[in-house]
Amino acid sequence: MTTPASAVGHPTAPDPGRGRHPARPVPELDLTGTADGARHRDLGVYVHIPFCAVRCGYCDFNTYTATELGGGASQDAYAGTAIGEVHLARDAMDAAGLPRRPVRTVFFGGGTPTLLPAADLARVLHEIADTWTLAPDAEITTEANPDSVTPQTLAELAAAGFTRISYGMQSAVPHVLATLDRTHDPARVPEAVAWAKDAGLAVSLDLIYGTPGETLADWEESLRAAIAMAPDHLSAYALVVEPGTKMAAQVRRGELVMPDDDDEADKYELADALLAEAGYRWYEISNWATTPDQQCRHNIAYWRSQDWWGIGPGAHSHVGGHRWWNVKHPRPYAAAVEQARLPVAGQERLTAQQRHDERVLLEVRLARGMPVDDERLLTSLVADGLAQPDPAERGLVVLTARGRLLADSVVHRILGLT
Amino acid sequence: MRGAPAGRVRAQSWDDRARTRPRVKDRYVPRIATPAALERIRPAATAPELLRNFCIIAHIDHGKSTLADRMLQMTGVVEERLMRAQYLDRMDIERERGITIKSQAVRMPWQVEDQAYALNMIDTPGHVDFSYEVSRSLAACEGAILLVDAAQGIEAQTLANLYMAMEHDLAIIPVLNKIDLPAAQPERFAEELAGLIGVEPEECLQVSGKTGVGVEELLDQIVAQIPAPQGQVDAPARAMIFDSVYDTYRGVVTYVRVVDGHLKQGEKVTMMSTADTHELQEIGVIAPDPTTAEGLGAGEVGYLITGAKDVRQSRVGDTVTTQHNPATEALAGYRDPQPMVFSGLYPIDGSDYPALRDALDKLKLNDAALDYEPETSVALGFGFRCGFLGLLHLEIVRERLEREFDLDLISTTPNVVYQVTMEDGTEVEVTNPSEFPAGKVASVTEPTVAATILTPSDFVGPVMELCQNRRGVMEGMDYLSPERVELRYTLPLGEIIFDFFDQLKSRTRGYASLDYEAAGEQDADLVKVDILLQGEQVDAFSAIVHRDKAYSYGVMMTGKLKELIPRQQFEVPIQAAIGSRIIARETVRAIRKDVLAKCYGGDISRKRKLLERQKEGKKRMKNIGRVEVPQEAFVAALATDGGGDS
Repeated sequence: MTTPASAVGHPTAPDPGRGRHPARPVPELDLTGTADGARHRDLGVYVHIPFCAVRCGYCDFNTYTATELGGGASQDAYAGTAIGEVHLARDAMDAAGLPRRPVRTVFFGGGTPTLLPAADLARVLHEIADTWTLAPDAEITTEANPDSVTPQTLAELAAAGFTRISYGMQSAVPHVLATLDRTHDPARVPEAVAWAKDAGLAVSLDLIYGTPGETLADWEESLRAAIAMAPDHLSAYALVVEPGTKMAAQVRRGELVMPDDDDEADKYELADALLAEAGYRWYEISNWATTPDQQCRHNIAYWRSQDWWGIGPGAHSHVGGHRWWNVKHPRPYAAAVEQARLPVAGQERLTAQQRHDERVLLEVRLARGMPVDDERLLTSLVADGLAQPDPAERGLVVLTARGRLLADSVVHRILGLT
Repeated sequence: MRGAPAGRVRAQSWDDRARTRPRVKDRYVPRIATPAALERIRPAATAPELLRNFCIIAHIDHGKSTLADRMLQMTGVVEERLMRAQYLDRMDIERERGITIKSQAVRMPWQVEDQAYALNMIDTPGHVDFSYEVSRSLAACEGAILLVDAAQGIEAQTLANLYMAMEHDLAIIPVLNKIDLPAAQPERFAEELAGLIGVEPEECLQVSGKTGVGVEELLDQIVAQIPAPQGQVDAPARAMIFDSVYDTYRGVVTYVRVVDGHLKQGEKVTMMSTADTHELQEIGVIAPDPTTAEGLGAGEVGYLITGAKDVRQSRVGDTVTTQHNPATEALAGYRDPQPMVFSGLYPIDGSDYPALRDALDKLKLNDAALDYEPETSVALGFGFRCGFLGLLHLEIVRERLEREFDLDLISTTPNVVYQVTMEDGTEVEVTNPSEFPAGKVASVTEPTVAATILTPSDFVGPVMELCQNRRGVMEGMDYLSPERVELRYTLPLGEIIFDFFDQLKSRTRGYASLDYEAAGEQDADLVKVDILLQGEQVDAFSAIVHRDKAYSYGVMMTGKLKELIPRQQFEVPIQAAIGSRIIARETVRAIRKDVLAKCYGGDISRKRKLLERQKEGKKRMKNIGRVEVPQEAFVAALATDGGGDS
């Protein structure tokens, strides 16, 4: 699934320390010094569910179908293993002197979390709640495939404490869904949204634009279909073809032709216009919500460099300037947890420069803006139509629609690269 | 061991192998001169009639070095255990590319009946860029072996050198090499050679440098056919420099042919072109390692070491005489090396500029023809405008800079020297297109070459078409045989330094060969085409072209840059202009989107690493006005598909 909360490594990304060879000794997670200032940082938990019924051609997330996994690391045992890592996480943070903070957001991503029985997801959530407690207004999200839910499962999830569901709708147009290898019936989505609302869950829909063969009219149809379901939140991501995916091979062989950047710009502008018209406000480049309450606080925590622990194979974590990522494959992951070892594949301690770079990189994407104290820079960003004038008066870079499309350039300019 | 099947070799012991080795040697048993005979051919004490000075004229790949290797072994000057392939080629580039860049001279004893002779084999550079050095090497000889691959026949450059040798009245011994090859056609090519030099086909020797067949006969024929040197033994010394090499330990090593008189160790000698005086710290012969001698007498060939640190102090073609008894007249034929082709060399990493300067200073010590001066380019930063003898010379220098000095370089499109006369009568010499004067130009002259092209007769049409496209004027055409044609053209040098040779090769399936020599200058309707990015001139892409080709150059270069220049936040016009007149235009549309909308939630590291890579990329950006252009775009736009004549 393509959502921002899929806090899962990329299979081809050069993760330092991520061994190809399971035999390589697992590095000891070093959380020294991360406790400083922890009381002022929120704690979130991401739970990765690395299973899908079918692998989509464009997907490069860390997920496996039953056939790909073969024996071992079974879906049945997975909740138990994840709970094992929750306990290891608690012990590691305790040992590093990190205060036990109530968890403000939990996000189950994948993969397809709803491939697991609702009871399994509930067990993991309860264990998290028992371990750290949940903040009173905690946001608890799960991703879901529209055809992997029923009114029954949604009711169970709501009863277990889930507050929010994010459907991978992607498109309303059959030929686009077919190119993406999405198997769900588009007609199923409004139904699944209605059931979720009935269950009292907030609803988010994920859309993808820029699929090979998608016209501007196709995209408009998808947007209008999504808006018609009146979700509380919408994400719209440009399709990025990652190396190593089936789609990358299709593009390389010329079977699929990627749209150019201008086409994607047109589609982004259309999305921004239609969503604004329908009462959605952007709060991050690719994310819109009906009200500030409906913004995804879990993702905002990522973008604002809060603390979160990523549970599950390939999950990424960040605590106080320390980043690490778990081993990718469910089997060595399960084996490590079984032996009461944190399943860490690699880690890095960010330098001050790196933290600054990341902060600019991430916060500039947010509608709340990125503070910048260089007046000449602010003036030039406004003059070039990249930043909004009023926030600039207050020393904040808030991107215009053009600026959102050219956010990389804005980042470079704030970091003084041009 | 005799006749042991190949399959059993593996089972042999080391001792067995040692005993089998002489069998291999049987094929070329050295004919080592007797001590008594050798005594009569000591350096400085050899009568001219016992000397034979010869060179080998051959095309690259026709086996000159391999033949030389066999001669070294047959004459016994290199022991077999010390033998290595291409023994005489010293530089790595020479050995790897199979090109002999710098010539040398090896002295080999060879006994015929009771008499020993000293054979001096003067190795000639094998490329058109070094034709002046070839001419000096030829001038040092009385005879030449015309060595031709029996499977390929003669090539244009060999032909040109053959003509040069004939002009020097050298005795020519025609030799077909590689007769061991299955594809060899010695009868066919013997006809061709015989026709060229006016002998009977049967007089062509057939050898194999690889197996040694016929090499002994060839050495005998050198003694029999090549005249002994004619010099005045008692006249004031005159020695011609035919090569000059810088050695890190010894300074300049100068190779000379003594024409008259003699030179002795410890004497003071004078270079007649500069009147500079040096002491002969060492004098000797190459046999084939440097071997000191008391001196060198008339007709002999050897080396001098004077302590000079720069080959410019010991120039090819110059005459060496002694200070105490100087000759009054220098030997004919000295010429300053003239750069014909210019190109800007720039370090890709600007901080390598001082390293590039140091490297050029070092190369210059060993390359009298290399010329350079600092130059600044808006697009490429600090670099040097360098003058070369030709394209191969350029390539070799560039390759040595990159390989021996570990530099990454960009070279601008090579150009020739133009003489521009303005309407007000002022004259400007242009070695860099961006210096082409603005204002009213009365005339422009360009250098021309007389080119010889040998091609299979099937391809005459395409070759003529190519030459016409390059403003060539046909001077003549001869059939060397029913299958091979010699075409002679006068061509502007500027038209053949770009990709002419590649075009020639592709139109003739690789069979044609090319040689050319400077043939004066001509007036031409030439204009400077500038390339502008958003109105700013990009100096590295300015070109001087014929007016009829200005448009196609403009379209080609703007089109190329359009593909290479990344989209900016504003529209970037790319224009080609003659003066203020725009002749071609492309537009790089403004970028509308650069953001990677899919921001991985948790995997921030990956995004930051992408940013860090972008930061690295920014360091290689050049600004042309407001337009940011990655260095790679310039490199790609300047890249040609080779252009070397090798």
